[in-house]
Amino acid sequence: MSDGYPQAPSVGLPGRVSIQAPGNPHDEQSSAHPHHPKLQHHFDDMGQQAEASTLGMWVFLVTEIMFFGGLFLAYLVYRTQNPMAFQEASAHLSWKLGAFNTAVLIFSSLTMALAVRSAQTSESRGTQVFWLVTTMILGATFLGVKVIEYSEKFAHNNVPGPNFVWDGQYPAGAEIFYSLYFCMTGLHALHMVIGLGIMTVIAIMAWRRQFNTEYFTPVEITGLYWHFVDIVWIFLFPLLYLIGRHYGGH
Amino acid sequence: MSGHHVSHHVAPKSLYYLIFALLMIGTAVTVIVAYFDLGAFNNVVMLTIACTKALLVVLYFMHVRWGTRLTWVVAASGFVWLLIMFGFTLSDYLTRGWVGGTLR
Amino acid sequence: MDTLNYINNGHGLASWLLTKDHKRIALLYLVSITFFFFLGGLFAFMIRLELLTPAGDVLTAENYNKMFTMHGVVMVFFFLIPSIPAVLGNFLIPIMIGAKDLAFPRINLISWYIYVLGGIFTLVAALSGGVDTGWTFYTPYSTAAANSHVITAALGVFITGFSSILTGLNFIVTIHRMRAPGLTWFRLPLFVWAHYATSLVMILGTPVIAITVLLVAAERVLHMGIFDPALGGDPVLFQHLFWFYSHPAVYIMILPAMGVISEIVQAFARKNVFGYSFIAFSSLAIAIIGFLVWGHHIFVAGQSVYAGMLFSIISYIVAVPSAIKVFNWTATIYRGSISLDSPMLYAFGFIGLFTIGGLTGLFLAAMGLDIHVHDTYFVVAHFHYIMVGGAIMGYLGGLHYWWPKISGKLYSEPAAKLAAGLVFIGFNLTFFPQFLVGYLGMPRRYHMYPPEFQVFNVMSTLGATILSVGYLLPMFYFVHSIFRGKPSPADPWGAKGLEWEVPSPPPTENFAVTPIVTHGTHQYAPSKEVGVV
Repeated sequence: MSDGYPQAPSVGLPGRVSIQAPGNPHDEQSSAHPHHPKLQHHFDDMGQQAEASTLGMWVFLVTEIMFFGGLFLAYLVYRTQNPMAFQEASAHLSWKLGAFNTAVLIFSSLTMALAVRSAQTSESRGTQVFWLVTTMILGATFLGVKVIEYSEKFAHNNVPGPNFVWDGQYPAGAEIFYSLYFCMTGLHALHMVIGLGIMTVIAIMAWRRQFNTEYFTPVEITGLYWHFVDIVWIFLFPLLYLIGRHYGGH
Repeated sequence: MSGHHVSHHVAPKSLYYLIFALLMIGTAVTVIVAYFDLGAFNNVVMLTIACTKALLVVLYFMHVRWGTRLTWVVAASGFVWLLIMFGFTLSDYLTRGWVGGTLR
Repeated sequence: MDTLNYINNGHGLASWLLTKDHKRIALLYLVSITFFFFLGGLFAFMIRLELLTPAGDVLTAENYNKMFTMHGVVMVFFFLIPSIPAVLGNFLIPIMIGAKDLAFPRINLISWYIYVLGGIFTLVAALSGGVDTGWTFYTPYSTAAANSHVITAALGVFITGFSSILTGLNFIVTIHRMRAPGLTWFRLPLFVWAHYATSLVMILGTPVIAITVLLVAAERVLHMGIFDPALGGDPVLFQHLFWFYSHPAVYIMILPAMGVISEIVQAFARKNVFGYSFIAFSSLAIAIIGFLVWGHHIFVAGQSVYAGMLFSIISYIVAVPSAIKVFNWTATIYRGSISLDSPMLYAFGFIGLFTIGGLTGLFLAAMGLDIHVHDTYFVVAHFHYIMVGGAIMGYLGGLHYWWPKISGKLYSEPAAKLAAGLVFIGFNLTFFPQFLVGYLGMPRRYHMYPPEFQVFNVMSTLGATILSVGYLLPMFYFVHSIFRGKPSPADPWGAKGLEWEVPSPPPTENFAVTPIVTHGTHQYAPSKEVGVV
C-alpha cells in the first residue's frame, strides 16, 4: 500500500532520468534553457514540445485532407457520370481569374515559407511581420477575386437552388457542378479566412518579439496550415476551371 | 523520449525561390495543356502536374524533406486514405453498368 | 482524503471547468456521457414500450421514427464513441506511459466543451420535436422530405465529431512523443495499443462524416441538389460517404473495449496475456481493414454487385484479427488463477457476447443472406450484441476495474456482482429473441408488426427492463462509494501496470519523478523484478 510517490529510479540503468522538481536544471541537450518561458510543464524540454506541436498539426492536416476529400469524392463520382455537363459548366468559369488566384496563392506560400524561415533564423521583428503581412495581403487578394467571381455567378443566377438558371444543354449536371463549385471553393475560402485570423495573431506575437530560433513553433505550424490550404487550391483550380477547355469557352 | 531537438535545418532562400518558380511553371503548363485535345491524357497530365506541385509544397515548403520519418508517414497516410475512399467508391460506380456474370 | 491528489487539488467550479488536468477532464466527460447514456436509454424505453404490442398504439409512426432516430444518434455519437476513450483513455493513458499529462491539455479541455456544445444542439433537436430520419440520415428523405429538425441534429453530430478528432489527435501525439524513458512500443499496455488504433480511425474517418452531415444541412438550407435524384444526384453516394466513417466508427466503439478486456483478463487470471504482439497488431489490423468494408451496408441499396463482392470478402477478413483476440484472451484465462470479481464478470460477458455478435456479422457479410435479413431485427440484434454486449460491457468492466484508482474509493462488490448479473441476463433476454424474430422477417424501424411476432417482443421488452435495472445500480453504488466507500490502496486488485504504482487517487502531476521502464508493464508470471516497474 503506497500512499506516497513512487520510489526513485534505480541507478545504473539505461535511459535518462528527467528530474521534474523545480530548480533542478535539465541535464540534456544544450539548446534548451532550464525553463524557457514558453515551455509547458508536462513536456521535458522545448524540443519535445516543438516535435509534439508539429506532429499534432500534421495529424490535424490529415483530418483536413479527409474533410475536403469527401467533396472531392462527390466531384469524382459526378464528373464521371456527367462529363459533358461538367465540361459545359466549367467553361463558364473564368480561367484567367482562376489562374491569377493560383499564382497569388503560390506566391503567398513562398512568403509564408519565408516568414517561418525568418522566425527560425531570429530575424528582426520587422522582417518577420513583413513576410506575414505580405502573406495576408495575398490571401486577402485571393478572397477579393473570389468575391468578384461569386458575384458574377449570383448575377447570372448560376447559384444552385430553386432560382438556378442555365442556358446551356445540361442544366441538371450544371447545377450539380455549381453545387460542388460553391461547396468546395466556399469551404476553401472559409479555411483561408481562418488562416488570415490565425496569421493576425501570429503577426502580433512576432511584433512582440516572441519568436526566435529557440521558439518559432506557432509560426511553423501556421505555415503548415497555410501550405495545406494552398495544396487544396492546387487541385481545385484544374479540376474546376480547366475541364475540357480544348472544346472552347472563355 | 531522448534526444529531442528543435529542428535545426534552415533551407536557403534560393531553394524556396526555385520551388516557387517550379510551381508557377507548373501552373502555366497546366493551363496551356488544357487547351490541347489529348483525349483522356488531358486528365493524366493535369493530375500529374497537380500532384507534383503538391509534392513540392509538402517536401520543401512544409519541410518534410528534412523531417522525421513519422511526419512523412503521417502525411502519406492522409493521401493513401483518400485514395482508398476514391478507389473503393469507384469500384461501385465504374462497375454498375457491367453485364451480369461477364466482368464487363 | 488527506494527501493532495487531483480531486482535492483546487476547489470550486472554475477549477474543474477550466482544468487542464486530464484526470479531471475525464470526470467531466464521465458526467456528461452518463447523462447522454440515460437519455438514449429513455428513447429505447419508448421503443420497447411501443413494441410490447403488435399495434402501433403508443406512438404515431412519425413519433416512433423520432424515438429510434434519437436513440441511435444519442447512443452512437454521444455515448458509445466517446465513452471509453474520453473517460478511461483520458484518465489512464498519460499515467500508463509515465507522463504528466496528454500532449495538449488545453485541446483536451476544448474537446469536452465541443462535445457539450454538440450535445446541446442534439438536445435542442430532441426537445423541439426530434428527428425522424433514422440515425443514418439517408437522403433524399433527410435532405428533401423530412420535416423534422434535421439541420440541428446534423450540426450536433458535426460539432461533436471535432471532439472525437481532437481526442484522437491528442492520443496519437501523446503516445508517439511522451512515453517515459525505456517504454518502447512493445512494452506498452494493450489498453494503450487499443487506443492508438482507435485514434487512427478517429482521425481518418470522422472528417468524412463531418463533411457529409454538413452537406445534408447545406442541402436542406440551400436546396443545392447534390443528393437530389431529380438532378442526377445519387442517394447512394450519400450512403458511401456516410458509411465510409460509420463503419470504422464501430471499431472506434469496440477497440477501446477490447483494450479494457486485455487489461482485465490479465489482472484477474494473474497471467500475462497470451500473444501480446498478436493482440497489438490485431488492433492495428482491425483499424486499417475496417476502413475497407463499408459497402456491406449498401448491398441492397443499388451498389454494384461486383463492389459488393469486394466488400463482402474483406468483411470476412476483418473478422480474423477480432477472432485472434478472442482466442488469445481465452488462452490467457486458461490455467490462470481466476478471481471472479465484477470486472472479470464483465470481461467474461464481453468475450461471449462479442463472439456471438461478431459471428452474426459474418452472416450479414454474405450478400445472399443479407438480402434476406437486411433491415430486419437480425441486424438490430447483431449490432446490439457488439455495441452493448461488447462495448458497453467493456466500458462497465473498465469503470469497475479502475474505479478505485479514479475515485480513491472501493465500491460494494456484492452490489456490483448483482448488477453484472442483471446486465448479462437482461441483455440476452432483450436481444437474443431479436435474432429470431428478425430472421423470421420482422422489419426494423416499424412501430407495428404482425401478431405472431409478439412473444419475441414481449421477451425483449422484459429483458430491457431488467437490463435497465442493471445499468441503474452502478449509479447508486458508485456514488455511494464516493461518500461512504472504504479508501482504496494504490493497488486494490494486485494488478500490474504503472497506473497501479501511483496512489489512489493519483496526484495531479501523476509522477513526481518520471519513471524509467525496464521491461513490459505486465509481469504476472513469476519473474525477477528488476528496476522500477
